[in-house]
Amino acid sequence: MIPAPFDFVRASSVDDALAALAEHGDEAKLLAGGHSLLPLMKLRLATPAVLVDVGHLGELSYVEDGGDHAAIGALTRHRALETSDLLRREAPILPAAAATVGDPQVRHRGTLGGSLAHGDPASDLPAVALALRATMVVRGPQGEREVPADEFFRGFLETAVGPDEMLTEVRVPKVAGAGWAFEKFTRRSQDWAIVGVAAVHNGSTGVALVNMGPVPLRATAVQAALAAGATAADAAAVADEGMDPSADLHADADYRRHLARVLVRRALERAGA
Amino acid sequence: MHVSPTVNGTTQAHDVEPRLLLVHYLRDVVGLTATNVGCDTSSCGACTVLLDGESVKSCTVLAVQADGAEIVTVEALARDDELHPVQQAFRENHGLQCGYCTPGMVMAALSLLREHPDPTEEEVREGLEGNLCRCTGYHNIVKAVLAAAGMPGATGVRA
Ligand SMILES: Cc1cc2nc3c(=O)[nH]c(=O)nc-3n(C[C@H](O)[C@H](O)[C@H](O)COP(=O)(O)OP(=O)(O)OC[C@H]3O[C@@H](n4cnc5c(N)ncnc54)[C@H](O)[C@@H]3O)c2cc1C
Ligand code: FES
Ligand code: FES
Repeated sequence: MIPAPFDFVRASSVDDALAALAEHGDEAKLLAGGHSLLPLMKLRLATPAVLVDVGHLGELSYVEDGGDHAAIGALTRHRALETSDLLRREAPILPAAAATVGDPQVRHRGTLGGSLAHGDPASDLPAVALALRATMVVRGPQGEREVPADEFFRGFLETAVGPDEMLTEVRVPKVAGAGWAFEKFTRRSQDWAIVGVAAVHNGSTGVALVNMGPVPLRATAVQAALAAGATAADAAAVADEGMDPSADLHADADYRRHLARVLVRRALERAGA
Repeated sequence: MHVSPTVNGTTQAHDVEPRLLLVHYLRDVVGLTATNVGCDTSSCGACTVLLDGESVKSCTVLAVQADGAEIVTVEALARDDELHPVQQAFRENHGLQCGYCTPGMVMAALSLLREHPDPTEEEVREGLEGNLCRCTGYHNIVKAVLAAAGMPGATGVRA
């Protein structure tokens, strides 16, 4: 399987990448780790005319202490998330979830920014970003703006990042000592989640679901039930409320609903919510 | 487009189409055919090579992304007639049958040992989750990697 032909631009900086996007418009796509985009291009489900390669840009590969948050460069690879001492201490759900992405080879290439900007409801890290209430920093011709995780995921494979913009940084609130759990149900160890749950309990509880609809979704009914004093078991019983899971080879919609209820209960109990 | 990666210690210089996959570059342009294509869909790990010291699936990397990088394939491991410790351990522990998965399995094992020089059995099993084998049932592969972990030079490569 060979991708359709395209032109390749190796960006020398973020500004250079933005200039290339401005020049080529809708025809161009950023290439970070390539582990979502290249498989789609090999299947010819994506046929961008121009790839703007940013994967090698060291300026966006970092995990830094931002005071009340950890600041993570968009091109930080899953493996670097997994092994970051700062994240293990301050937001341990993120390295734990990153360690479940695909397999080591995938984690050596795939990036946090690519995972979020791809907007795939089957991806693990968007749910973690929602549960942690992360903030995305997006840069474009008009400068930089901050987008809360709840406003970032817009539709199937669609996010708040415009065609001439780039996600540059992800800010994750420090939640050292908070209860948390990442539950991922798969058939085989390297697989994508059939359903997944990210939960962070830090006073209030953030809960988000993997693969329960066309976008990464916050479990608002669960959070509301908890806020009203429900037990973990009672809150988990409404985990699939307002969700629209799809059916595929691995699971029909009812099975996904069932998994969501079971996994949310496990996650809430583990997170101490 | 011009690319100049270092492959097994030798600097290359070629003009390639941007859509050329790294695995095809290695096999068809550089002429190193040990790295196999199994699934071609990022699932099986048969195409695993080291890119700047870490395992990657070369069917899911473009040759142009590897411009300037250091690539190591399984061809770099043995020294003349002397097998690399990981290869030796696969041989002694019957870690292969048909051998199709083996080049990728060995490179994934090498990367695993660099990250976990003294792995537990569970770490070996998880560390090889991206590599499929149709023959062995994995037990002897796991045994081989655990045996290699104790051997001097197990994480080194000449290139
Ligand atoms: C075999 C396999 C198994 C996998 N298993 C899992 C899994 O279990 N869980 C999981 O969550 N993921 C999984 N993935 C996906 C993996 O995590 C990807 O790496 C990730 O989804 C995309 O990151 P990337 O850097 O590779 O992005 P790319 O593929 O390079 O890009 C993806 C999309 O995002 C855009 N983009 C990338 N970076 C930016 C940016 N900074 N700003 C704006 N747009 C950007 C690109 O233009 C493209 O449209 C798997 C992938 C493979 C191949
Ligand atoms: S051929 Fe690359 S993973 Fe199977
Ligand atoms: S030895 Fe035959 S596929 Fe592994």
